[in-house]
Amino acid sequence: MSDFRMPSLGADMEAGTLVEWRVRPGDAVRRGDIVAVVDTDKAVIEVEIWEDGVVDALLVPAGQKVPVGTPLARLRPVGGTAPPPTADAAPRPAEKPAAAPRAVEAAVAIPAGPAPAPPPVAPTPVPVEAAPATRRVHATPLARRIAQSLGVDVAAVEGSGPGGVVTRADVERVVSPPRAAVAPASPAPPPAALRAARARQAMAAAMARSKREIPHYYLTTRIDLSRALGWLAVENTQRAVADRLLPAVLLLRAVALAAREVPEMNGFFVDGALQPAACVHLGVGVSLRQGGLVAPVLRNADTKNVTVLMRELGDLVARTRTGVLRSSELGDATLTVTNLGDQGAESVYGVIYPPQVALVGFGRIAEQPWAHEGFVGVRPAVVATLAADHRASDGHRGSRFLAALDRLLQAPEKL
Amino acid sequence: MNREAIRAAVLAELSEVAPEAELDRLEPGAVLREVLDLDSIDFLRFVQRLAATTGVEVPESDYAQLSTLEGVVAYLASRS
Repeated sequence: MSDFRMPSLGADMEAGTLVEWRVRPGDAVRRGDIVAVVDTDKAVIEVEIWEDGVVDALLVPAGQKVPVGTPLARLRPVGGTAPPPTADAAPRPAEKPAAAPRAVEAAVAIPAGPAPAPPPVAPTPVPVEAAPATRRVHATPLARRIAQSLGVDVAAVEGSGPGGVVTRADVERVVSPPRAAVAPASPAPPPAALRAARARQAMAAAMARSKREIPHYYLTTRIDLSRALGWLAVENTQRAVADRLLPAVLLLRAVALAAREVPEMNGFFVDGALQPAACVHLGVGVSLRQGGLVAPVLRNADTKNVTVLMRELGDLVARTRTGVLRSSELGDATLTVTNLGDQGAESVYGVIYPPQVALVGFGRIAEQPWAHEGFVGVRPAVVATLAADHRASDGHRGSRFLAALDRLLQAPEKL
Repeated sequence: MNREAIRAAVLAELSEVAPEAELDRLEPGAVLREVLDLDSIDFLRFVQRLAATTGVEVPESDYAQLSTLEGVVAYLASRS
């Protein structure tokens, strides 16, 4: 018997709201299966399970917000039998009563207020039956968020979007059905603003911890990208649009390879010591248009070519902004990269995500005057910065890292 | 496809890429990447989705012609 707990989906996450169960008691699950959907205030995440087993009981109903580590479901081994109902004082699930299951979704119906307080966490979670139909509800992330903040069960909303997807308008229609010739009601407080405020608080906690605990040092170097961009332009004319590359993927790939060369930048600072990581999982800072920043993970970025990385990056960014992330895409980055993109500032000095030991920043790629062999020309260039933990490394190793990054970007065809 | 159908298809893809955007208020001449806050990954995704729905693969050298809604519609109309 083991517990499936609320996972930590990022250094700044303290609690998460269970939005939806994808399994019900009695279901067999395999390692990697998506069993639940969790809202972390920043993003809606599909949570995978990491062992095989049979769901014995769901301990937290959909709609409830619980701290990281709270048992969400109990799992028994495959082939194991359900425990007797009176094993100990803790309430056990009634074994599938024939009567209609309790409406778990009722917990979602928090009255719409300016800031609905999360329901208190029961010290001993009471097992609940799964909702009668745990079918997958297709809804846009925006619709889900609005539905939740308004206390609407998305499963009960009829979708008008493509393929029956529930859209924002569908949810809003449920809350305020169209009324003829009625003065517009005073607008409800925008849920997006509330959400952004919460995300901001979570980010504030992680960043304050970083600046309190991590003695940052900063290095910066300007990297000539004329070769990389020239190679990319030719390469892209030969590629189908689906496989087209962006400069960002060359930068990420170069960071992953440089991290392998200088392992002091890749890993965690735990218990007073650097623990270099065996693989390179790159956290990629993705800003959300409604405000806030999420850093989903490109796993094993040092072992994938640019085509694969580009596909994964596009998918990850799209789902961060418009869709649903999976738990395996958050949480265990070994090094984070922030890329301001072509509309951004010239350079960025990052704040390290604890317990990581470095953060690589790229400013906007822009044409710069460039001195070379006694002449000044104009070249596209980017300012790369390294913010690193002085407990784990020093400026000498940091310089080696940036030099490796530069060297790798001068041979784009080998990336 | 006529212009209206193309316009509808373009707006549908934009709403996929930037679901928060209020597209019914989008000015035909507004610069898409600025008003919709699209970065290069969003924009590539937009181009990829247009290729999937209209069959038109826009080369990078023509991206400048896609800066506004009316630009995108005119570009696609001249090629489909």
